[in-house]
Amino acid sequence: MASKLNESQQLATWYFTFAAILFGAQLLFGLVAAIQYVMPGFLFEIIDFSIARIIHINALVVWMVFAMFGSVYWLLPDETGIETVGIKLGKLLYWVFVAAIVVVVLVYLLVQVGPADETTIWFITEGREYIEAPRWADIGIVVVALGFVANLFLTGIKGNRSGIVTVLMADMIAFAGLYLAGMFFTDNISVDQYWWWWVIHLWVEATWEVFVGAIAAYGLIKMVGAHRQVVEMWLWIEVAMLFGSGILGMGHHYFWIGTPEYWWEIGALFSALEPLPLVAMFVHVLYDWGKTQGGQDAKGESVSVINNKPAFTWFVFNAFGNFLGAGVWGFFHTLPQVNLYTHGTQFTSAHGHLAFFGAYATILIGMMYIAVQGKNGIKVMKNTTSSILAVSLIVGGVVGMTVALTIAGYVQVLVSRAQMGATWAGYFDGQAGMWFAQGMDWRLIMGVVTFIGFLFLAKDLLSIGKAAHHER
Amino acid sequence: MAKRSVWSDNRFWQRSAAWVTGFAAVLLIWLTFDTSAQISMGTDADLKNGVTKRVPGPTVINYKITYEMDTKRGHEIPVIGEKELFFGRDDYSEEEAGALLHLGKLGSQVKNCMDCHTLLGNGAYYAPDLTKAWLDPAWGPEGSLQAMTGKETKEEAMAEFLQHPSQYPTHERMMPNLGITAEEAKGLVSFLKHMSSIDTNGFPRNFGKIQGAVHGK
Repeated sequence: MASKLNESQQLATWYFTFAAILFGAQLLFGLVAAIQYVMPGFLFEIIDFSIARIIHINALVVWMVFAMFGSVYWLLPDETGIETVGIKLGKLLYWVFVAAIVVVVLVYLLVQVGPADETTIWFITEGREYIEAPRWADIGIVVVALGFVANLFLTGIKGNRSGIVTVLMADMIAFAGLYLAGMFFTDNISVDQYWWWWVIHLWVEATWEVFVGAIAAYGLIKMVGAHRQVVEMWLWIEVAMLFGSGILGMGHHYFWIGTPEYWWEIGALFSALEPLPLVAMFVHVLYDWGKTQGGQDAKGESVSVINNKPAFTWFVFNAFGNFLGAGVWGFFHTLPQVNLYTHGTQFTSAHGHLAFFGAYATILIGMMYIAVQGKNGIKVMKNTTSSILAVSLIVGGVVGMTVALTIAGYVQVLVSRAQMGATWAGYFDGQAGMWFAQGMDWRLIMGVVTFIGFLFLAKDLLSIGKAAHHER
Repeated sequence: MAKRSVWSDNRFWQRSAAWVTGFAAVLLIWLTFDTSAQISMGTDADLKNGVTKRVPGPTVINYKITYEMDTKRGHEIPVIGEKELFFGRDDYSEEEAGALLHLGKLGSQVKNCMDCHTLLGNGAYYAPDLTKAWLDPAWGPEGSLQAMTGKETKEEAMAEFLQHPSQYPTHERMMPNLGITAEEAKGLVSFLKHMSSIDTNGFPRNFGKIQGAVHGK
């Protein structure tokens, strides 16, 4: 029996659908890039590594933004008790956003590069990692983001403004505003990178993390019936810890880009604190789960308190993955003494893979399952074989890639950096190392495993709602 | 409601979060003013008067740049030396050098350099770091890359390679042809030379100092 969704949650399902498609594109172009490490002639001068990678990382960022917007549209009516204000505008902006992304990707693929003048910056690529989107698209993204923030604010002001909604309001306006720091051109590459990090770092190590805290709080209340007051208190503590460490933790990107030495101390101190809130979030999820389950057990009923098994599985992997990928793998190379040698090696890449996946992909996939549950009016949603295969293959694949890249990075640090001092010859000596080459082989194999997992995930998201074994 | 501890009061934590965030943000903004002043680009007058800037002016292309150990700071820093010919000239005006740097910086973005290479260590890891590429011995008079292009000078060799990268068998992993024109190549080489003069606090370490430590070379 399908339940009638309110308009905001209907829009959320559109956002989740396009996010899942882009997730597939991200993995596909990641595979192209991974093959090129092993077979450099693959698609040479057709889809070069740079193009495959642009699509790999841009699809990553954009699918996450889509899923984040979708998550907010999903939870807003639940939290505020009213239909989202301006939902018609929200739906229009969705199509604007989708159309813009499709055009940007087609231009990346078909035009690829342009002459060294402003028209290329406006219409083809800005060539700045993660935010390559040309300037016309930047402006479009800002318009869409402002519309989204307006929806969120008007709904939060009119309806019941819970702690979760308050955090999201503050967080999302910062998230949208920071994008402006990445839109200008300068001849001074140090200034360029200084502000570029305001977008990249303050997104993924501050505002996005706070977003995850808010979503985890919502999920705990929704899925295990955790006590709202306790959950929201934790959320505020997490906000304090995340912003307290993350904002100045930006210093760890300012060690080597021309900026003054004092960033060594500031970056080292605050970024070393960044894992702490991730420990807190990890403890928080498991503690609240255990607490509510314990309350249930005390009643003498051996019934699970979880009303959405696949979604909760992904939320628990988020707690682990965020701590391991962002916290531990980040801390590995955050101190300047270490970073001098690891900066710009596969070590960074290993961290990037596990952190983006562990901190964001997991919880957003969890939100997709929550939407499937709501859309199909399921009271207790259980795993299917595909749910279990999807989570096992994807988590196994990403962890495998991370280990492979870490080993490859280790070779690169020792050979290319410590011994050979980062020259052209040093770089290629490192790349020729046996462990490096094997690391790249394993990364490709594990990438294929991840992609197979994605196929099961897509199948499951499309079909799990129809399965007969759920409690309705 | 019973009297409760402040530690379990949501309002207390909400205010703490706001104060901590505000304090961190204000500190970041304050540091941004200081850093912005320190990384603003120098001028031709600075170079002529020997004023050291973390990011020198574009006319740094008129000078020889080396990467030397600074015992006081404990790491290497770029050192700007005597005049040096760059594409046959050492008298680029501030406007000319600025235009070349502008073209080169734009060129580095429109060709997506950062999605294979790292610049100042940031970017992709599919190709060598370009931070100090200008100082790479491989492009120098004895270097294999300069010899490969058959050019007389480092800048001409780099420009030639950038225009026809896939003609030169540098490595199994080749750079693709990106349609870089002669003028754009000149701009890009200026950009690389300028980037090598930026004070990166000793990154990368030991650049070009140790050769032959691996594979018995």
